[in-house]
Amino acid sequence: MERTFIAKNPSVLWFLLGLSVFTVLVTIFSEAAGSSIVSTSFLKTLGKTLCLCLVAIAMDVVWGYCGILSLGHFAFFGIGGYAIGMWLMYDRTKDIVIGSLENNILPPTPDEVTNAIGTQIFGVVGSSEFPLIWAFSHSLTLQLFAVILVPGVLALVFGWLAFRSRVTGVYLSILTQAMTLALSLYLFQNDTGLRGNNGLSGLQNIPGLEAVSQATLSLWFFWASAFALGAGYVFFAWMLAGKFGSVIRAIRDNETRVRFLGYHVESYKLFIFTTTAMIAGIAGALYYPQAGIINPAEIAPIASIYLAVWVAIGGRGRLYGAVIGAVFVSLMSSWFTGGSAPDINLGLYLFKWTDWWLVLLGLTFVGVTLFFPKGIGGLFDLISNYREKQQ
Amino acid sequence: MRCALFALMLMICGVPAVTAQTLQPILQAYASEIAKPSRKTVGETIDAITASGLPQIIFFLEQWSEKNIWQRNDGTFFVATAAGSKLTLTDLDTQAKTTAPKSDFKQLKPNGGVRRLIGTALVQFQLLDPDLTRRETAVASIGRRPEAAQLIPLMASIDGEFDAALKARKIQLANFLSARFAIETQDRIAAINSLSVDMSVEARAVLNQILTTSTGVASVTPQGNIAAILDPMVAPDSSYGALVEAKLAPPKQTVSDIKKVLEANIIEERIAGFPVMQMDDPLMREAAYFALATQGSVPTLITQEVRDAALLRHVFYELYAEPNAQITAAAEVARKSADNRVATAQFADLTLDALSLASIFFLAAIGLAITFGVMGVINMAHGEFIMMGAYTGYVVQLIIPNYTVSIFVALPLAFVVTFVAGVVMERLVIRRLYHRPLETLLATFGVSIALQQLAKNAFGTQARPLTSPDWLAGAWVVNDVIQISFIRIAIFILALLFLGLIIYILKRTRLGLEVRAVTQNPGMASSMGINPDRINMMTFGLGSGIAGIAGVAIGLYAKVTSEMGSDYIVQSFMTVVVGGVGNVWGTLAGAAMIGFGQKGIEWLNPSNTLAAQTYMILFVILFIQFRPKGIVALKGRAAGD
Repeated sequence: MERTFIAKNPSVLWFLLGLSVFTVLVTIFSEAAGSSIVSTSFLKTLGKTLCLCLVAIAMDVVWGYCGILSLGHFAFFGIGGYAIGMWLMYDRTKDIVIGSLENNILPPTPDEVTNAIGTQIFGVVGSSEFPLIWAFSHSLTLQLFAVILVPGVLALVFGWLAFRSRVTGVYLSILTQAMTLALSLYLFQNDTGLRGNNGLSGLQNIPGLEAVSQATLSLWFFWASAFALGAGYVFFAWMLAGKFGSVIRAIRDNETRVRFLGYHVESYKLFIFTTTAMIAGIAGALYYPQAGIINPAEIAPIASIYLAVWVAIGGRGRLYGAVIGAVFVSLMSSWFTGGSAPDINLGLYLFKWTDWWLVLLGLTFVGVTLFFPKGIGGLFDLISNYREKQQ
Repeated sequence: MRCALFALMLMICGVPAVTAQTLQPILQAYASEIAKPSRKTVGETIDAITASGLPQIIFFLEQWSEKNIWQRNDGTFFVATAAGSKLTLTDLDTQAKTTAPKSDFKQLKPNGGVRRLIGTALVQFQLLDPDLTRRETAVASIGRRPEAAQLIPLMASIDGEFDAALKARKIQLANFLSARFAIETQDRIAAINSLSVDMSVEARAVLNQILTTSTGVASVTPQGNIAAILDPMVAPDSSYGALVEAKLAPPKQTVSDIKKVLEANIIEERIAGFPVMQMDDPLMREAAYFALATQGSVPTLITQEVRDAALLRHVFYELYAEPNAQITAAAEVARKSADNRVATAQFADLTLDALSLASIFFLAAIGLAITFGVMGVINMAHGEFIMMGAYTGYVVQLIIPNYTVSIFVALPLAFVVTFVAGVVMERLVIRRLYHRPLETLLATFGVSIALQQLAKNAFGTQARPLTSPDWLAGAWVVNDVIQISFIRIAIFILALLFLGLIIYILKRTRLGLEVRAVTQNPGMASSMGINPDRINMMTFGLGSGIAGIAGVAIGLYAKVTSEMGSDYIVQSFMTVVVGGVGNVWGTLAGAAMIGFGQKGIEWLNPSNTLAAQTYMILFVILFIQFRPKGIVALKGRAAGD
């Protein structure tokens, strides 16, 4: 069985091989290994990019394979980040608070400790009370469950409501976008218990690992992200390889016909929607400790649309396409908007990449949609077609 | 008081009889008081001066309060203006002008409190002044600082007032004053009762002043006009605080007080025998404190039970400042009735707000109602067309400085600019994707990113103003509660105009007929000789052009930024979807529902617009589940599926 799966999907093997080589190379050249070719901040960027690839794969499965253009998957990504961020912030603040209370003459009571942590965390929004949603923040295990379960449950409820009443196509897209907007507006409020527009910060410091340097820590997170990406890739490839995958693709191509063939289309869609939301949550939980900060602006509707842009440019309906798109566009974006790209002097006008990159990206995106619906991944088709012709 | 009245009488009927008298001797009798007035005693001095009833008094008092009175070395007072080292003197009685060196004189500088008293005395004269503006100033000053002494002169001046508006205002103010200061109880009650229909902020302030209460605590219920007996157990901690403040109970130790006491009493790592290590338990802390208290070294611990017992032993009450119970009862009734009226008015105000919000949503969405609703094309760049229209308005204002003219130039120009942009986009992008709606969404989103960044490059990131002309700047004020700015009214009218225009174009013109034909069945339409390409282009241009006009209107009311489009796009789509795709009336219904819904939620949870938006979106998401086709659903063949 295993052999046939691999044999049917040679791209999985190639992908895993490429990912391993890349991981090993980055590890060798990282600061933790004594080299200075890959700086810690660049290592973090690479680790974050791997997480973005993972969420892009999830987006590709839900859109490219199942035909649901969800403009809300980055919200699930953000929820995952918030879930892990709550534990990181709570536990680290607790360590700091206990450290500072040690000098007191009387040993602190549990109430005093909780109040001090509350003041530290919620002082910026003028509160010191722990809101209800922080009830499990003391436990890493429970918050890890939340990383998967909260996006899962939200996607399940939302998807059940939407698919049940046969909301499809652009309506569903607009509805998912509305959901993202509602979530980010909700988080922007100060009294919702997640620190309003301040968001959660200081997430790069892992409690209990203060002794480990950021260089090593980043490498560990890079490995974890690479592993998650590899595992996610294999999981989705395996899921979509069999009969189940055929049904999913059939739903994309003609939903009504699949329904008439006796399949319960809604359940399939709901399964895909929920599973990908959970994977997006995991990707977010790995991304934000590397980014160090999460705030509601991260899950604004625009972020989810960019996710669709990556997948479209990379090539829909093929997992490696999503990875290529995410790597290509997100790294290019951070390079061009980071100001490190050289400006071009056109004589009359100084062409600044920071100003024009988004214009180019937008127009490229229009062009790709119009003329290359298969995206960059489509190039691989050309290569394999060429080979077949040669044979 | 009586002196003032007397002075008034003289002013009205006896002025010619007393012109022979001079003011200077009267002033000399109070010379030291005038030269160095104190706030406490100057009242009597002013009364004594005004008692003479001389016509010069007004002149003198005015000049005095404006610091224009100078005293000569021999004590004589003059009105004087300084010019270099010389003074131009005006005699108070004869008005004769002379000059003299400044060094022989001393300027009188009454302080603020004194000047206020002078002003009050002056008001009585100014109320009867033949000059209308001076009477108005006097009435306005009474309105700002109502005092008991003003009631009688104000009442006396009402009958002689010939200016209708000022007379009404005088009657209103006299009513406020008698509600607070009239001598007879029934006069006050009558005035208070008449306030129950007055919704102005002033009238409610008068009632609130009459109903001023102070809270207190005592062992037995005190005498006086008691407003309410309070239950101390509602907020036991603050009630106990009041008890402590009234020195009726010892202060309750807070957690940190206990902590401090414990820290101060550590002896060899133990507190009253308890080891310090155990002090991380709040119960142990209490036990240790209790032990210390038993030893007598610290005050007894006020526990919950002790506190509650102390609270129950005392009476907590609210006492009216006004001693007369009849008056406070009448005022309570009047306030309740006024509050009810205000609540009704606030509801009306909220309805107006909701209406204006709905018309903004409608304006933003009506273009989409055509492109998305009628043609079925998803245009994510619609918001950027709104932005384009707003920037067009801004640029026009840079060129034409007259705001009125520029608005009337900007509106059609914005239409033209976005019409062209829409047509270009339809030609280049949308036309190739008519059968792939999801991809239209993505491609137009690419256009939207590019346009936003282009606007940012051209106009910068900071918000640009789009100033409305002066005749749109004010607000229509119905009363103190209901008011709405003219811009919002203008937007409402604009929305109505567009509704009419769109309905007219779609239902009554050749273009509308062709548009409907092409959207229902393009193949059949083209076989009837309609060119679907041209119609699609025109329709899309029309929808985009309207977005441009909406942009100018929205820019007048909100700031113009490169990101303003994205603020409206999701809401606009929801408006169209909720209302029902393919129907302009549906968009109207959708805008009304979202506008009223959002304002309604804001009313339930005021001062939180974000929450209102969030809950409104959630409501819309749920609403779509139950009515997927929107409020106004097309039926039959027109529904398209």
